[in-house]
Amino acid sequence: MTSLYDEVQTPTDGVPTRRVTMTVNGEKRTVDVEPRLLLAHLLRQGMQLTGTHVGCDTTSCGACTVLFDGRPVKSCTMLAVQADGHDVETVEGMSSASELHPVQEGFKQEHGLQCGYCTPGMMLTSKALLERNPDPSEDDIRWALSGNLCRCTGYQNIVKSVLWAAEKMRAERGEDA
Amino acid sequence: MYPNRFDYESPTTVEEAIAILDRSGGEAKVLSGGQSLIPMLKLRFAAPATIVDINNIPGLDYHHVDDEGNLHIGALCRHVDLEESTTLADTHPTLAAAAELVADPIVRTRGTFVGSVCHADPQGDWAATMLAQGGYVVAQGPNGRRRIDMGDFVLGPFVTALAYNEMAVEAVIPGASGTPRGSYLKLERRVGDFATASVAVSLDMDGDVIRKAGCALAGVGGRTIDANDAISCLVGKTLTEDSIDQASDAVAAVAEPRTDHRGSDAYKRHIVQTFVKRILTNLARTEQKAA
Ligand SMILES: Cc1cc2nc3c(=O)[nH]c(=O)nc-3n(C[C@H](O)[C@H](O)[C@H](O)COP(=O)(O)OP(=O)(O)OC[C@H]3O[C@@H](n4cnc5c(N)ncnc54)[C@H](O)[C@@H]3O)c2cc1C
Ligand code: FES
Ligand code: FES
Repeated sequence: MTSLYDEVQTPTDGVPTRRVTMTVNGEKRTVDVEPRLLLAHLLRQGMQLTGTHVGCDTTSCGACTVLFDGRPVKSCTMLAVQADGHDVETVEGMSSASELHPVQEGFKQEHGLQCGYCTPGMMLTSKALLERNPDPSEDDIRWALSGNLCRCTGYQNIVKSVLWAAEKMRAERGEDA
Repeated sequence: MYPNRFDYESPTTVEEAIAILDRSGGEAKVLSGGQSLIPMLKLRFAAPATIVDINNIPGLDYHHVDDEGNLHIGALCRHVDLEESTTLADTHPTLAAAAELVADPIVRTRGTFVGSVCHADPQGDWAATMLAQGGYVVAQGPNGRRRIDMGDFVLGPFVTALAYNEMAVEAVIPGASGTPRGSYLKLERRVGDFATASVAVSLDMDGDVIRKAGCALAGVGGRTIDANDAISCLVGKTLTEDSIDQASDAVAAVAEPRTDHRGSDAYKRHIVQTFVKRILTNLARTEQKAA
């Protein structure tokens, strides 16, 4: 089995591991991982960041999306060792102690979720989009989210949520108040 | 799903990567974007003893055009880099059109052009654009570099001409000597799906006369279909209704579609014909507007 320690220890069961250091939601983490461990599993089982969901496990649904150096990747399709020296953001890192991220607020305001399974991936992809394109059209949003599947909402309210967030973020920056 | 156990190597130079491949005697696999390899490891369709992760090798993420107009795409240039490229549409419009049709946006942040070509999937989009434009792969092994033309690169589905101790360091796609024109059309069942049928067309124009024409197809055969001979009927001509009809019929005739869950063979052949016609007709309109 894969060994994972916050305080690095020597694995005892003879399985070769590798020591890696990454920044997860702003915090430096050093862990020993077996090379075949997937990033999604490190986050969920190793770090208890269970907001990252595993849906299809075959690179198709985007439920496992996290931001890797600011860009969305499918964490079921990356090795945890590949995050060595990189920056990973999960849904748990979106809000501060007192405030939701505007994208999270948008999903709440516009009813952008039902069961919530796809939501962490949807929100992280949206956040990355808005950082690159603060004023996306509806088409831009649909295009950017086309790798994230939702079985509940029919997407309409998700698109509205992102538009809501875009407007709020622009207003916060003092644009088109 | 977990891959089998493997040794993980993360070299920081191409030479080091090749030395590891050489030592592993055919039991190692290169990992670039991982968007095909990791799913295969998880399904245990692939179980290499060693994974050589090339993502930590600096300086391979480029794409640039040299003085002779050739486009060089480094081994770590991601699909998204080409999608967001501000220069590609001017020099290589066929590639620019394909860039946003490869997989889905999240896969495109990781997957690489060269990795896709090395994966040698008969449904791969980039391989078709390479074949339509006389592209080649630069392979590097213990004895240095060699050039492998795209027509010779793929030996069969998922099999390439790379030796076990060679790594593809870049892909090169020649530019046009006149005005580059071209496009890529793909029919997919949903966003992010592989092609039901797709067509890459690339023209090198001298005024309104076609100097060179290239074409290749994905999804309609057990390999990427080379339709360069078929579309060569356009050379020396202008784009007219007649020449366009002739070319689209000729290209459709060399497709080798098979009936499957994506559609019947007749349907797919019809799509190919329609796409060639659509691409050429649109290009003819652009020419007229420019004139
Ligand atoms: C949901 C989904 C949808 C997709 N849809 C499409 C699509 O519509 N069209 C399409 O064309 N592709 C599609 N793909 C595949 C995608 O484009 C992959 O990125 C691509 O096929 C492989 O590139 P990679 O960089 O991820 O390579 P990897 O997965 O890392 O490697 C693929 C293979 O190539 C070898 N390899 C990689 N790089 C090198 C190198 N430099 N030298 C030697 N060998 C190398 C590896 O050993 C492996 O055998 C899809 C993938 C997914 C998951
Ligand atoms: S769980 Fe990773 S893409 Fe579906
Ligand atoms: S809210 Fe249920 S899958 Fe999207």
